[in-house]
Amino acid sequence: MSGLIQSSIARKVAMALSGLFLVFFLLQHFSINFISLFSPDLFNEISHFMGTNPVVQFLLQPILIFAVIFHFVMGFVLEIKNNKARVVKYAKYNGGANASWMSRNMILSGLVVLAFLGLHFYDFWVPEIVYKYVETNPELPTRYYEELVHKFESPVRTGLYVLSFVFLTLHLWHGFASSFQSVGFNNKFSIAATKFAKVFAIAIPLGFVIVAVVHHLNH
Amino acid sequence: MKLTLKIWRQSDAKAKGNIVDYNVTGIEGDMSFLEMLDVLNEQLIAKGDDPVVFDHDCREGICGACSLQINGEPHGPDRLVTTCQLHMRKFKDGDTIYIEPFRAKAFPVVKDLMIDRSAFDRIQHAGGYISVNTSGNTIDANAIPVNKDDADDAFAAATCIGCGACVAACKNASAMLFTSAKVSQYALLPQGQVEATDRVLAMVNQMDDEGFGNCTNTGACEIECPKGISLENIARMNREYLSASLVTK
Repeated sequence: MSGLIQSSIARKVAMALSGLFLVFFLLQHFSINFISLFSPDLFNEISHFMGTNPVVQFLLQPILIFAVIFHFVMGFVLEIKNNKARVVKYAKYNGGANASWMSRNMILSGLVVLAFLGLHFYDFWVPEIVYKYVETNPELPTRYYEELVHKFESPVRTGLYVLSFVFLTLHLWHGFASSFQSVGFNNKFSIAATKFAKVFAIAIPLGFVIVAVVHHLNH
Repeated sequence: MKLTLKIWRQSDAKAKGNIVDYNVTGIEGDMSFLEMLDVLNEQLIAKGDDPVVFDHDCREGICGACSLQINGEPHGPDRLVTTCQLHMRKFKDGDTIYIEPFRAKAFPVVKDLMIDRSAFDRIQHAGGYISVNTSGNTIDANAIPVNKDDADDAFAAATCIGCGACVAACKNASAMLFTSAKVSQYALLPQGQVEATDRVLAMVNQMDDEGFGNCTNTGACEIECPKGISLENIARMNREYLSASLVTK
């Protein structure tokens, strides 16, 4: 068991499992955001539940933050280790001949998504924490929709969100499908699983883009 | 055919190498890539220059000795062939061709284009075998029934010639395809089950100790493998390794 922690395969599986957890979170986040397009009241109701439920706040939220930090830190650790595995680089390297751009640039798309998460935390998570736990304001169950819409007033911010979701698609395009391979799932169902992952990689970020753009245009 | 060759020259393992330009003439489309290098070396020797050192043995695509990174791809632009089976008709008159050794920290350059791939040997030694007493009491392999699909998959994995193209192609210099092929060729057969747990742990640990990179599932190894070794082997090795880790003290 001790060797498992340090092995290359364990790191790969850990990356895949944390990634799969984040994919599941993305689906849940998107579902709630998408509701804001149709029913501000229901959006407020769900957001209020998520923002005040102790299980979500004090169990699931820390797990999510841990998963995000773990995924990024492990990604950087693997990138550094992989760079060390080839000290002298090729004078000519035709990576595009045998692997997709997405698969070869996960660190780049990951860095853009990380920068976006910084902006997203600054926009929503930090004000939420300050509102509830620092200023200890009274809970207003109807404030969430207005806060969401207000953030997409700026065309620059909306543009940054759209650009970030393009990179999220690029990251998911390789990451989601390859997580199956990492956990040892490669059989007759793999083609269908890969297709599902690629549809997900486009559909979910596109859904987030639609939410951002519609709220921006409604101003 | 006239060609400009940009070849990695390095006098020994400790020297700092560099790319050197050569013009070679008299190349025919029916020549293999190694025959083209033979022609270059004859021209270099005639001029009193040091010939280019490169690995080769069978020149039939089955030994895994020839190992050149050609225009940024292991074994060149063709698929499912080794360097010795790559023909010059794949190139055009006047082309410039980059020729480098397979690059990985675990594959140090010996001289010029020749590398030391003994890291692969050590991975094999760690567990790529079955322990059978064959002294005077050889057992007929056909005495043990084997599922046809498993036999075919095991044979496909066993066609790996250990050339190192998977490592060379991988942006991380990972040896997962090689190691997984060697694990799979036994894991799929009843004869390999007895030592399966120890085998996969020992071979993966040796692979990690050699300094190869981590697999990120780009799939470049499968595309560039001259024997078409499948990524399924890596998924199988991942399963084998995880289950072995959980049952071993």
